[in-house]
Amino acid sequence: MSEPASAIGARFVGKRVQRKEDRRLLTGRGTYVDDVIVAGMLHAAFVRSNIARGQIVRLDVARARAVPGVAAVYTAAELDSLDYQRSNPIFDMPGIPVPDNGLLARSDVRFVGDPVAIVLATTRAIAEDAAALVEVEYRAEQPVVGIAAAKAMPAVHAGHADNLVGTQDSGEDAEIDEIFSRAAHVVEETVRNCRQAHMPMETRGLLVSPDGTGELTVHLACQNPQFAALQIAHVFHLGQQQVRVIAKDVGGAFGLKVSMQRDEFAVVAATLILGRPVKWIEDRLENLTVAGQGRDDQLHVRLAFDSDHRLLAADVRYDCDFGAYPYAVQSPASLVTPMFPGPYHLPRYRWTAQGWYTNTSGMVPYRGPWMLEMFAREVVFDIAARQMRVDPIELRRKNIIGKADQPFQTATGFVLTDITPRETMELTVGAIDVASFRKEQAQAREQGRYIGLGVANGIEPTTVSFGFYASEFAHVRVEANGRVTAMMSTFSQGHGTATTIAQVIAERLGVPFEEVTVVEGDSSRGGFGGAAGGSRQAVAGGGAAIVASDMLREKIQRIAAHAYNANPESVRIDDGVITIEGSPEIRSSIAEIAQMAYIMPDRLPPDMDMGLETQYRYRPPQMVFANATHACICEVDVETGKVSILRWIAGGDCGELINPSIVEGQISGGVAQGIGGVLFEHVRYDEDGQPLAVTLKDYLLPTALDMPKVEFQHLCTPSATPGGFKGVGEGGAMISPPALVNAIADALAPFGKRWTEMPLSPDRIVCGLLD
Amino acid sequence: MSLHFIEFELNGQHVEGTAEARRTLLDFLRTDAGCTGPHAGCEHGVCGACTVLVDGAAVRSCLMLAVQANGKVVETVESLASGTDELHPIQQMFKEEFALQCGFCTPGFLMTMVALDRAEPRPDAAEMKEALSGHLCRCTGYQGILRVVDRLAEAGK
Repeated sequence: MSEPASAIGARFVGKRVQRKEDRRLLTGRGTYVDDVIVAGMLHAAFVRSNIARGQIVRLDVARARAVPGVAAVYTAAELDSLDYQRSNPIFDMPGIPVPDNGLLARSDVRFVGDPVAIVLATTRAIAEDAAALVEVEYRAEQPVVGIAAAKAMPAVHAGHADNLVGTQDSGEDAEIDEIFSRAAHVVEETVRNCRQAHMPMETRGLLVSPDGTGELTVHLACQNPQFAALQIAHVFHLGQQQVRVIAKDVGGAFGLKVSMQRDEFAVVAATLILGRPVKWIEDRLENLTVAGQGRDDQLHVRLAFDSDHRLLAADVRYDCDFGAYPYAVQSPASLVTPMFPGPYHLPRYRWTAQGWYTNTSGMVPYRGPWMLEMFAREVVFDIAARQMRVDPIELRRKNIIGKADQPFQTATGFVLTDITPRETMELTVGAIDVASFRKEQAQAREQGRYIGLGVANGIEPTTVSFGFYASEFAHVRVEANGRVTAMMSTFSQGHGTATTIAQVIAERLGVPFEEVTVVEGDSSRGGFGGAAGGSRQAVAGGGAAIVASDMLREKIQRIAAHAYNANPESVRIDDGVITIEGSPEIRSSIAEIAQMAYIMPDRLPPDMDMGLETQYRYRPPQMVFANATHACICEVDVETGKVSILRWIAGGDCGELINPSIVEGQISGGVAQGIGGVLFEHVRYDEDGQPLAVTLKDYLLPTALDMPKVEFQHLCTPSATPGGFKGVGEGGAMISPPALVNAIADALAPFGKRWTEMPLSPDRIVCGLLD
Repeated sequence: MSLHFIEFELNGQHVEGTAEARRTLLDFLRTDAGCTGPHAGCEHGVCGACTVLVDGAAVRSCLMLAVQANGKVVETVESLASGTDELHPIQQMFKEEFALQCGFCTPGFLMTMVALDRAEPRPDAAEMKEALSGHLCRCTGYQGILRVVDRLAEAGK
């Protein structure tokens, strides 16, 4: 980490400082959107399509409107009377038309749960009662379910020629076929992710409150109040200052709450038409079926190796099921194939990527949306190792890059610096006695027990900084009483940024951690920034906080130097106390300097502006790479198909750690989601497009009984950013699935099967073994 | 829908009100009694975020009707510590062990743990873990929560 220009006080960065957020959350005094009450508010409930594809032939809301307590029932006809635009200024992808069907379905419905009408009533119970009385008749059509159907069947969206969302490829490359035909070893496999739900413990929800001057206050479960305010203003042609989005506490998001969706905008529209506050809290059925889902993609991989097991070429084809109304399709579509080379020497590479519309819930980026690059590559590496009869760790050693290889340009042009894939892999596998594990494994097999070891490597482009994610904002000020306030564009849905950003500021300013308050979650207070998404807040928010704090510290030093007739460089700030090097008799404080800055202008240097506040908009590098190696040991019961995880080692290099406990929380939370995605979590649809995972009894999540104790191994190679930080939010969810699948495949190696279709639930494993 | 008069003890205070027969205890607590600590995570009894104590037993307040609380003693997370007081020892352990992130599931975990902590005979770590498998947390991977379980079990020995 680069030291501040002048040595300062206690270090807070790198410490396991307890979180500022926790007291209110532990005492039940957090403020989530459903905790907010506005006088006179109505409650919304949606009428949603119960078929996956068809035309609305009759829609009658008369009985619903007649229910006492119902204020209004709106259909597409009413909402379309508002002049709104369906585009998304932040997440629309250039060249890809936005499938339009209004905020509520107009003439046709395109997935089970497509919103058809919105009911507003004095209580949620009445709204739901009335919604049940809305009469809708559909003419059903055969829905498009799955990628194969999408390629063959008529377009999901009116006006589209086919179901292709978009297509990209690396271009013609005749020589690569030549390389494959001459290679000593060619390995080929398709790895498939099942569709998964983000499943934040708090569902989506919002409370929209109009006031008489044409302004809207919106309490919203979101990842970025700034984005939401911009989106609402854009969609409804409002001035930016007319929309204030507030989010105090949000109960998890994982990508689901990056962007508002059609039903949330329908709530805003209903508020605008009716002129009364409206609250809508999604229920869990809606959350599992209509909120948007993740994964559901497949990567066909061909790898060519020479006789010494060095990678010669890779040829991959990516397909993703985007559902009916996806957003931010660029995150999987444009990163899976470019990131596939990972931390390896790969001389030649060809790829194709396509996304498909289907009559299912829309794709919404889910923590590490492009994780299939890592997942498929690492799983196929193990398949290759078994096929070539080489140890999978040895195969990786032959091909992985290390510190000495950098800067390293990948086959797709990314320049890797400051990462340690080889070193992290050695650190991680070093925590296991691999040789004695292999002996134990052989003995266990003789007893009919199947244990396995899986290792996976990955690099993650964190803080991808372009477009709306290009910068982060910090306004840091010492108040007149000496306390420090930071208005940040960062935002936590559990990330703990009120703690980590305060650690950074306290350290750079030289003030007690307790005296720094980080304010976020209100679009009218913080400046514009990308906030949560893309593992970016440590680097981008931390960078903004560091530079703003350094500017502020310099001003404090100049004021103190002027007041005490010293050089600014000799002014020391520690724990809020100011001393002058060489003048032990002088002892001042941040509070005293703040008084001078705000109320004693005569004490300031003559050329200096009053006040003790700075702001800085930090533009991070285009991406900051982090790397990880996870290793898993598991046992598979071949009778029941149950997988028991015996050990989990999470090695990683995410640069300087602001708060190791928060970093480890991000990693282990991601690992749990990755384990869930391999073993349990599956949003299934039947051939009619009906979702089959509609409660938490159908959509199974890991519990405390399923999670191993995660053993952490940290390397801390600083990035070339102000704090030396790297992102860490998504990597755990990306790297854990291949580590676990490789462990399962290693355990079951004697059976000679391939395990490439998720989830590997007990029934799948038992059936796979019987096949 | 008929309205029913109900009264019960909530966090040491007498509360009364009317509720439709179909109204859940969770809804009554959050809306009528102003206790927003219990959260609606699934409203079908799986996630545990709405857990409160009724006559000392941990129950899912989304699966219990408000009228069923009539005459009972109900404790929510708000009873464990006031906003300014010292935290309850289990809350303090949660803080020290980084056992929460977004905090939405936390009140439910806490109430079940409080019930386990009071139980006679006191459950061991494995039994506590088993009981907590009825609670879902999506953020933490349960690592900090499991450390709290270990400390709690150790403290009870």
